[in-house]
Amino acid sequence: MRHHRVLRIISKLLIPFIMLFALYVQFHGDFGPGGGFQAGVIFGSAFILYGLIFGLEYARMVAPPAIVTRLVAAGVLIFAGTGYAGLFAGGNFLDYGVLKSDPVAGQHLGILLVEFGVGTTVAASMITIFFLFAGRDR
Amino acid sequence: MLQAVLDHYNYWIAILLMMIGFYTVVARGNLVKKIVGLNIFQTSVFLLYISMGKVTGGTAPILDERFSVYSNPIPHVLILTAIVVGVATTALGLALVVRIRESYGTIEEDELDLLDGET
Amino acid sequence: MIITLIDIALLTFMGATAIAILRLRSLFAVVMLSGIYSLLAASMFVVLDAVDVAFTEAAVGAGISTVLMIAVLALTGERERTPSHTPLLPMVVVVLTGAALIYATFDMPAFGDANAPVNLHVAPRYLNESFAEVGLPNVVTSVLASYRGYDTLGEVTVIFTAAVAVMLLIGGRKGDDAGIKKEPADDTEPDDDGGTA
Repeated sequence: MRHHRVLRIISKLLIPFIMLFALYVQFHGDFGPGGGFQAGVIFGSAFILYGLIFGLEYARMVAPPAIVTRLVAAGVLIFAGTGYAGLFAGGNFLDYGVLKSDPVAGQHLGILLVEFGVGTTVAASMITIFFLFAGRDR
Repeated sequence: MLQAVLDHYNYWIAILLMMIGFYTVVARGNLVKKIVGLNIFQTSVFLLYISMGKVTGGTAPILDERFSVYSNPIPHVLILTAIVVGVATTALGLALVVRIRESYGTIEEDELDLLDGET
Repeated sequence: MIITLIDIALLTFMGATAIAILRLRSLFAVVMLSGIYSLLAASMFVVLDAVDVAFTEAAVGAGISTVLMIAVLALTGERERTPSHTPLLPMVVVVLTGAALIYATFDMPAFGDANAPVNLHVAPRYLNESFAEVGLPNVVTSVLASYRGYDTLGEVTVIFTAAVAVMLLIGGRKGDDAGIKKEPADDTEPDDDGGTA
């Protein structure tokens, strides 16, 4: 689809806003609808749109598969690591209240980290899966 | 009578969708169609769960002073994660379909049975 | 009243779309309709107050799954062949199962009943206490990330596993395992137990 000028320009305009929206959904999910799962999918779809319009080889340059595959695991590690942080701080596994002196502030921090881990894994998985399907030759 | 129908309409449609999905999985031979059928089945279960958590006159479970009645948040949490897991497993199924197509040259169940019978 | 009408209209549309998906033979049309079906489901979830779920369904069902299915159709072809066997037995099974399930719905609490058992167990506690304990207005996020963190950790692990499995299945170059399939006669396995059956 590289020779469709309208698609190319419009998607170039849209992609930054899609990413910005994904970040808004990620970090505003505590107060409105949203959270790591949705933000991850939206962030991944920005890369998928780029790959669809400009071709897979360019998308692979923007998001190198070696890094993206590591991010799939990194998200799970951030989530589990937050759980262990609670364990080492003297609470239970995934107990965020002990991360800070004020339990509510600790919960805030824990949820932020956990949602970030979820978003990372989901976004990286979606990008990886799209690359694999689109890159398979007939 | 009308009230009895309205009380159960969501559940009935969820079951209708579930059965359409089930029938697509069982009776259609094409593997991609089967996966679409599985998705319909899955969405019908989501619909059933979310319908059970709805409270008449309630609003979305985002706390605000202006509201006092909220719908049940627990089905929302369960289904929210299930949707994303659902797409990940759909991708896994589609990957299997791609590999079957590459090994056998077809994704129709009948032809796959015939090919398996030959070897 | 208007909400009830929207509810019924959306559900009817979903049923019609599902039947169209079942009957159509062009897989491209089937995939497009399944995107529409997901969008209708997302609208339905908004009507049922599940805004977070609607958000996810719209992004995942109408977005990512449709893209993935089209990518697969490009690899596998887009016509479905007419199955050779008669669909009589599946029809009987499906009708019987559906009838049993519909019979079961008469025991269920009415739609929207605030006193249904599902709404009385832990939901009131989450709704009343979570703001003091976690401090977030969005109860879904509090329950997802904090109260039921184990559950979510498991789900994230499932997504991770699925991504790894897709990588294993179609990550390598095409035809990497062709050599293994074509030479099954070569029975020298480097196992230490001899390998002779």
